[in-house]
Amino acid sequence: MSAGPVKGVAALKRMLWEENPVIGQILGICSALAVTNLVKNTLVMCLGLIFTLMMSCFTVSLLRNVIPRQVRMIIQVLVIAAYVIVIKIILDAYLPEISNELGPYVGLIITNCIVMGRTEGYAMNNKPGDAILDGIGAGIGYSLVLLPIAMVREPLGLGTFFGMQLLPPDWTKWNMMVIAPSGFFALATYIWIVRAFKAGEGKR
Amino acid sequence: MDIQSIHPLVIFFAAITTNNILLTNFLGMCSFLAVSKDLKSSLGLGVAVIFVSTFTAPLNWLVYHKLLVPYGLEYLQYIAFIIVIAAFVQIIEMIIERVSTLLYLTLGIFLPLITVNCAIFGCVLFLVIRQYTFMQSIAYGLGAGTGWALAITALAGIRTRMEKKSKVIAELEGPGIALIITGIMAMAFIGFSGIVKIN
Repeated sequence: MSAGPVKGVAALKRMLWEENPVIGQILGICSALAVTNLVKNTLVMCLGLIFTLMMSCFTVSLLRNVIPRQVRMIIQVLVIAAYVIVIKIILDAYLPEISNELGPYVGLIITNCIVMGRTEGYAMNNKPGDAILDGIGAGIGYSLVLLPIAMVREPLGLGTFFGMQLLPPDWTKWNMMVIAPSGFFALATYIWIVRAFKAGEGKR
Repeated sequence: MDIQSIHPLVIFFAAITTNNILLTNFLGMCSFLAVSKDLKSSLGLGVAVIFVSTFTAPLNWLVYHKLLVPYGLEYLQYIAFIIVIAAFVQIIEMIIERVSTLLYLTLGIFLPLITVNCAIFGCVLFLVIRQYTFMQSIAYGLGAGTGWALAITALAGIRTRMEKKSKVIAELEGPGIALIITGIMAMAFIGFSGIVKIN
């Protein structure tokens, strides 16, 4: 979409809308959909991903001239894995309940395609400062998709928001919204809305 | 019921149907959406996933229970699992290349994709969290892989047919409609929930 390398704040901004990794490339939804039935878990997951992206983009960018080309993938994975372990340990220590609920999904940040995509696609060829901004942008772009989905699923499915009662107690819970299929439907609807918006934007 | 006493066969069937790694745990979505446009490559990737998950599940079980736990290194599990998976895929790729050109041409191109496939990694994390035994983890690896392959082949079949016969709203084309079909498939799989149950 963009010609030439994007630097600085522009690298952050384009990730939010124009090149949003989830909407545009449909990356990183593996671990995403499963946690979006509770806003609280989603928020933790998003913060975890932003942290991982920021730090691993930074580290990979610092090392970009030292990493041999042939083994760059495995080194990137190891860098990412190291930061995910940090997150896991922090979660276990301070938020053990959420860590339990998220279960394997914290670990699955490692195989989240967004992280690998950004380290390989941007951090390997750009300065650390830009790489951090790019990482944060991709992380926030991901959160901008997940949080709205969670904000729809939790109230409709459980009648609560962030664990607090939102809808009246006699609200008939849409059990459908908590279980797996609604995750697919919610994301598809979200993509539909965003693409419709973008198409409208293009016409103007 | 104690999880260790569940028969491996039960775990195998549960992993395919009620606990389908893709339709209930959303794992392996990236390659699922990207590859499912074409039936033949879906089948190839599906077989590759079955193969790798069947072997990496017990391998990682051994690494975790015989190596990491005795030395108190559980916190290194993510790195250890990733290395095991990557190394296994690399070795298999080399072996297949030597042994059979035909197999390499059908499976080989999919193998590198698998290292970062969340379905494989997620499968390993689940078997550690659910504390499966060695036999159970083989069954789970095989079942999870089969379930994933089943889902991707089914979706590829539906998508191929749809491309010929149906008109999709422009904004939903591609991943959007694939997600909706997957959602409907996931609903259908909920119908299995009375048959077997593991958690």
